[in-house]
Amino acid sequence: MSAIVKEFTKGLWSEIPPFRLVLGLCPILAVTTTMENGLGMGLSATFVLVCSNMLISALRNIIPNEVRVACYVVVIATFVVCVEMITKAYFFSLSESLGLFIPLIVVNCIILGRAEAFARKNGVIASFADGLGMGLGFTLSLTVIGAIREIFGAGKLELLFGDLVFINEPFNFLQQAPGAFVVLGLMLAFMNILGRSAN
Amino acid sequence: MEHYFELIIAAIFINNILLAKFLGNCPFLGVSKKMDTAIGMSAAVVFVLTLAGTITWVVNRYLLVPYDVEYIQTLAFILVIATLVQFVELFLRKAIPVLYKSLGIFLPLITTNCAVLGAAIINIQEDFNLLETIVFSIASAVGFGLALVLFAGIRERFETTRIPQALEGTGIGLVTAGLMALSFFAFKGMV
Repeated sequence: MSAIVKEFTKGLWSEIPPFRLVLGLCPILAVTTTMENGLGMGLSATFVLVCSNMLISALRNIIPNEVRVACYVVVIATFVVCVEMITKAYFFSLSESLGLFIPLIVVNCIILGRAEAFARKNGVIASFADGLGMGLGFTLSLTVIGAIREIFGAGKLELLFGDLVFINEPFNFLQQAPGAFVVLGLMLAFMNILGRSAN
Repeated sequence: MEHYFELIIAAIFINNILLAKFLGNCPFLGVSKKMDTAIGMSAAVVFVLTLAGTITWVVNRYLLVPYDVEYIQTLAFILVIATLVQFVELFLRKAIPVLYKSLGIFLPLITTNCAVLGAAIINIQEDFNLLETIVFSIASAVGFGLALVLFAGIRERFETTRIPQALEGTGIGLVTAGLMALSFFAFKGMV
């Protein structure tokens, strides 16, 4: 039991993507203009990651070693197509704002990386815990970056019950492409400082 | 003619696939520490992206659309790209060993380069015809190469520079990429 909890929690702090494992940067930079987009992208990726991790781990003794990456890609792509159809049907505005980046979950390095590094060597339950932890860690990072860019870039935070206004003259720069790189770079530095003082 | 020229300028400078569209950032940060590897990766991307863009366009037009199965576009495209990369690898190893040696290690990495899949999907979304697809693919790949090589040139200098400890490695890389993206912003409004 404690081993499973450990697999789950490592994704939330000690190996949190994208800060500790610098993987899957494209969606992080592209869709985090608002908190809502970040959250939506994170949850979509979590769904794919959990499902693909479980299926790959269940099939790990059947998949031949030589063609394993191709098999993983097919499994992942199948779930991505599911997510694509679900978001189009039920969350249309989200699917419009994420656009290209939903199909691009297929090539998100985190998902293929977990399949290769974890799911092919571990059981279904452990893989589920690993996928869920990593996925939620990824979601958390995306949501935080999205919130920072929305608060400082647009000056307000859109929530369910209305807008919270923070700044009247926001830095538009942060909402645009260059701002994404700078925010992520500074957050990485911040995490490094936190990590060092914790040790 | 003018239309294609605009397409090329827009894809290389204004909507640079790396710095404005955020596609292919993993190799951008991963292989940009040395100039040689950056050039190798750029060459491999130009090669594969052009081929993949053209082939996926043909697959979409003559296979997915007639049979009304466009919803498996993502699945079909990634399979085409993965097979294509394997095929290119085998072909180069036999036919042009010199090129294979210099591109070798980068080819398998390209399967998971989202610039390739991204450009393929953009071709379909923008409703390009075959010639536009080919032009756009080449121009996007050249834009990718340009940004990667420029970035590698800057990054090589970090080794002899004192950088705040917390920003070392990827952190400073990202901030630099942000400043580069800002300078590419200046091209906005050109077309």
